[in-house]
Amino acid sequence: MLGLNAKDFRLLLLVTILVVFAPVFLNPFPVDSAMAQFNAGYPDLMQRFVIFGIFAIGFNILFGLTGYLSFGHAAFLGTGSYAAVWMLKLLTINVLPAILVSTIVAGLFALLIGFVSLRRSGIYFSILTLAFAQMAFALAASVLTSLTGGETGLQTALSDPRILDGAAAVAGNIPAPSLFGYEMRATTTMRFGDWAFTLNLGYYLAGAFMLAAFYLSIRITRSPFGMMLRAIKSNQQRLNYTGLNTKPYMLACFVISGMYAGLAGGLMAAMDPLAGAERMFWTASGEVVVMTILGGVGTLIGPVLGAGLIKYMENIVSKINEATLHSWFAFLPDGMEDAVVALIYPFIGKGWNLTLGIVFMLVVIFLPGGLVQGGQKIAGLFRRKKSAEASTKAQTPAE
Amino acid sequence: MTKTNFTRRGVMKTGAATGAGLAVPTLFTGAAWSDGHTGFTNAPGEGSVTLGFNVPQTGPYADEGADELRAFELAVEHLNGEGDGGMLSTFSSKTLDGTGILGRRVEYVTGDTQTKPDAARAAAKSMIEKDGAVMISGGSSSGVAVAVQALCQEAGIIFMAGLTHSNDTTGKDKKANGFRHFFNSYMSGAALAPILAAQYGADRKAYHLTADYNWGYTTEEAIRTSTEALGWETVAAVKTPLTQTDFSSYIAPVLSSGADVLVLNHYGGNMVNSLTNAVQFGLRAQQANGKQFEIVVPLYSELMARGAGANIGGILGSQNWDWKLENQLGARYSGTNAFVQSFGTKFGFPPSQAAHTCYVQTLLYADAVARAGSFNPCAVVEALEGFEFDGMGNGPTLYRADDHQCFKDVLVVRGKENPENEFDLVEIVEVTPVEQVTYAPDHPQFAGGALGTCNPGA
Repeated sequence: MLGLNAKDFRLLLLVTILVVFAPVFLNPFPVDSAMAQFNAGYPDLMQRFVIFGIFAIGFNILFGLTGYLSFGHAAFLGTGSYAAVWMLKLLTINVLPAILVSTIVAGLFALLIGFVSLRRSGIYFSILTLAFAQMAFALAASVLTSLTGGETGLQTALSDPRILDGAAAVAGNIPAPSLFGYEMRATTTMRFGDWAFTLNLGYYLAGAFMLAAFYLSIRITRSPFGMMLRAIKSNQQRLNYTGLNTKPYMLACFVISGMYAGLAGGLMAAMDPLAGAERMFWTASGEVVVMTILGGVGTLIGPVLGAGLIKYMENIVSKINEATLHSWFAFLPDGMEDAVVALIYPFIGKGWNLTLGIVFMLVVIFLPGGLVQGGQKIAGLFRRKKSAEASTKAQTPAE
Repeated sequence: MTKTNFTRRGVMKTGAATGAGLAVPTLFTGAAWSDGHTGFTNAPGEGSVTLGFNVPQTGPYADEGADELRAFELAVEHLNGEGDGGMLSTFSSKTLDGTGILGRRVEYVTGDTQTKPDAARAAAKSMIEKDGAVMISGGSSSGVAVAVQALCQEAGIIFMAGLTHSNDTTGKDKKANGFRHFFNSYMSGAALAPILAAQYGADRKAYHLTADYNWGYTTEEAIRTSTEALGWETVAAVKTPLTQTDFSSYIAPVLSSGADVLVLNHYGGNMVNSLTNAVQFGLRAQQANGKQFEIVVPLYSELMARGAGANIGGILGSQNWDWKLENQLGARYSGTNAFVQSFGTKFGFPPSQAAHTCYVQTLLYADAVARAGSFNPCAVVEALEGFEFDGMGNGPTLYRADDHQCFKDVLVVRGKENPENEFDLVEIVEVTPVEQVTYAPDHPQFAGGALGTCNPGA
């Protein structure tokens, strides 16, 4: 089906179901219950899940298939965002041109950086990409302030020209990004008893792009081109010696990966028309590396899971404060309550990074294959016979 | 590699899926947030109302953020009729009676801006979309304030700015749904310049170090314009990155530039570091052009003074408010003592000006809702525009309708040479009356923006 084998098609189907029903899956707790704190099914976070999913899928095409660790991928995300916001300012408030242009601009930028950086491999490649990304950050943050808005970021304004639909500005308000008149923030809430599920147009648009990106990444992985990329990962020198020029493959891969990042950046701007320089900071580049490793490098669905876990922790765990903890453990005797709260407190709220660090360490030590390996192990417990086959398969060296 | 085989079943399936996909947008055009909500975003239910407090809990302005959060906590307590009521008794408007807002108990959620526009917007969005906040307040950076204010305008939420001093917040980036109680760069310049000229002479040469973002730019411009009007000369203005922690390389060229005053357009951790560097270089012991070398810090705060320690001694700057105001300058600034009293009782030390502005903003919002009789943002905007009030610690104050900026007296302060304790670090040099810091809404430093119209959202 769709040019995929049965297993890949099942995976695509699974991801499609997850994306379509995410508003339901992510809001498992009734609105008024104490557990509602852990509900993640609100538009902004769901959009982030799929957008960073795209970013991580793209990064995985480069890192997972070729083993080239780019430490400056956020530069493409940032470039995409800026391009998209400029399109929203100058051309039209419709998001499609913005998304298209952000992808193209990021691709061109990737072509430029890739052309230089890919002259080296290994750690030198990583450092080169990091240096370029930091240069891009410095340019955006202070040198090109007129183009990027500096630290304040680039925003839409009432006075923007918007050549195609400038007259459409309604009654003194900046128009919201929309798709042929349907606003990205348009939201409808479905209530079933105590449960409420939020359906948001922007999320479904981003989700559709994510599914397309995911499908494309499967096709790339299974294609002869993908095979070549994996050959580069296993032994680039040997390939070179056999008379194959690996450079065009690498460059193509780098540009594709950059375009994925640009698409993610464009979608971010389409959901919320603001682009800030810190999107290009090296910590943002590091984040996508962590997402990919956490989920499972080289696996198809891993990066999406990793992106989801990190964004969940960033937005949900960071919001639990001391008062919330006290209300949870109120049933304990006073002294014990304080002790338990004091014990947990460093790991929540602004300490969410600490928790993430611990999770990351545990995953790297016990599940080198990331969350996907964890999932396989659990599945293996239930299907003992098949797991024996799977484990023999897994033991065959990939390199 | 590609397999294309159209089957009747496949075509029908695809057609059905496409049709369903095209029909999806119509789903969203229905009455959004329909039941229990009436005509505007996040209309609160019968029992309680949720406010969102978005403050920097990490990053260079984390100290300010922590103090802002304390103030919000206190304001919510007072609104709900707990504690000693604070400024409710001195506030000139008497609609607030300690029964929450319009009979609804006030609840709040918090977020971390990280002093980054992106993170701040993400935190604010989660408060609006997940927690149903009807008002967002807080913040300690103009970059963040401008970004969150724009978001609130789009979403149809009221934004009560916390500590933001850039002209842009109520200048070129002003929004109908956003309000600022704090003073701004222009006011700092207008209040400081005459005193600088009187203390240091009218023929000074100034060297500016400026934080490289919108607040730095407008502050530099304001100080420049006001001091040059009085005869000063600006030798050079150098921009420094916000993330800079060591300013030695920026301080070194100052002496050889021929300047005799250094203006530090820095805030928070930046200011603490640059001032410390400048003092350690011995700048203040130097003579230049036959005059004593001086340092000026346009925007002062107690928290920064604490960070800079003894280096702050004798340095002039401006402030929005100080906890000693009523004790030293009398009943015009009533409300100050009531607030300091309840803050001190609860937390054990006097509040900073960041805490004060956040506390006042929360009360002003609650009062506006009570006077308007509705949480509808447009009703609140109408109630706040042109609102004159007193008893909030700053003397008689006006919320100007043209740009949603508060007009009130501005303090010029000086770091104490020998502070008695760690909370009493600055002395009040003069209070500049409000007339002297008032400007026309279309002043060149504020040009280029438009309020637009209030947006009630859904």
